[in-house]
Amino acid sequence: MAEITKIVDARGLSCPQPVLIASDEMAALETGRIEVLTDCGASPENVGRAAKAAGWRLVSSSEDKGTVRLVLEKP
Amino acid sequence: MYSSRAELLTRTFGGGYGQCLRRAFRHSRNGRNHRAFRRIAAVCRQSRQYGDLRGLRLRDIAGSLGLHQAAVVQYLRPEIPGFILGSFVAALMTGEFRARAGSAPATRFFLGMCAMAGALVFLGCPWRAFLRLAGGDGNALFGVAGLAVGVFIGTRFFKGGFSLGRAQGQSWSAGVMIALAALVLLAARFFLSPDPVAGTLGWLMASVKGPGAAHAPLFISLAGGLLIGVLAQRSRFCTMGALRDLFLFKQTHLLSGVLAFLVVAFAANLVLGQFKPGFTGQPIAHTDGLWNFLGMVASGLAFALAGGCPGRQLILAGEGDGDSAVFVLGMLVAAGLAHTMGWASSPAGLGPNGMAATLVALGFCLLVGVMNLKKA
Repeated sequence: MAEITKIVDARGLSCPQPVLIASDEMAALETGRIEVLTDCGASPENVGRAAKAAGWRLVSSSEDKGTVRLVLEKP
Repeated sequence: MYSSRAELLTRTFGGGYGQCLRRAFRHSRNGRNHRAFRRIAAVCRQSRQYGDLRGLRLRDIAGSLGLHQAAVVQYLRPEIPGFILGSFVAALMTGEFRARAGSAPATRFFLGMCAMAGALVFLGCPWRAFLRLAGGDGNALFGVAGLAVGVFIGTRFFKGGFSLGRAQGQSWSAGVMIALAALVLLAARFFLSPDPVAGTLGWLMASVKGPGAAHAPLFISLAGGLLIGVLAQRSRFCTMGALRDLFLFKQTHLLSGVLAFLVVAFAANLVLGQFKPGFTGQPIAHTDGLWNFLGMVASGLAFALAGGCPGRQLILAGEGDGDSAVFVLGMLVAAGLAHTMGWASSPAGLGPNGMAATLVALGFCLLVGVMNLKKA
């Protein structure tokens, strides 16, 4: 499994901030692997959508105690 | 008239109340929001009172609690507690209930006040703006345009790094406060005895005439509130979010839900003969376009900065979000003050201090936006 290039900790932030921060990172990195941590109910779907729109792929999504961990990738 | 309308709806949209609930819930779970909202709109129309939504209902509740003395708009509306409890139960059942708070609560309280001040100048929250539009009220065009502009300004702040800071996890009890308050209000509604002559409900006030006296039967209101609460929690329906995601991300999935809501309400109004296009003589509305617009700019900006329209804030509060709970309390207080201080409009026109209240609200929201820009 490839290394995580960047971790976006958006815990405690409500939409749209997790999406905006993740989008900024995706734009800055161009390629790589980003881990996004969020605990806002609507954010995982929204981050997934934003990733798709930016040409990134949602590799995995897991939940632990209310925190969702999303891994986005663009080779 | 009531039963025939319900009958007509049953024929139009198919299925009974229970079936309607089940179907709607299933559709919303499948992410098919437009189908879910067809059901919601059906239920909305079933109770004519659903023409006036969250903002005005909170205003009536504020009146009922004696926070203002405008005798025509005092009623402990069971829809709002029902709505909160619907969200609470749905969040509990799906494991989405999470007690959290601590993201600039006092700022959110005043944003809630600004949102309510603007909404009472226009005479409606965003849900009602869309419903008014669907009923042919041309004045609502100014309100919806104002909402869009307010939300757009909000998205510019978010682009610039606006944030009210992080919320933290809280104890379970901190998350159930608003649900508890909803239960207490319902208990008051059930156990206190109304006195139609004095216009009271036990210790509380209850209008004997005017908009506050017009309401659907208790159980229908409560069931409607609960149902819509569950649906809105599942679908994350938000009128502000719909516009925000369009401006910010060019995403239309929330917007499609709102548009479906609008189209269905429009169709229901046509079918029921309630579509009356025009500007004058519209129910609970005035014709001052500029202030209809500016009131909703203030509201839209407040909603955007706080992360949700009144309906969404109530839902979030039910899900355990203490910051949204504080926003809701701000709205409640402003609903009281708007009448004692003359901010609120009436069908006759603006309140004596409506313009000043709108400008103060707008100024405060812009200040909050500027002061919380964080990007380096």
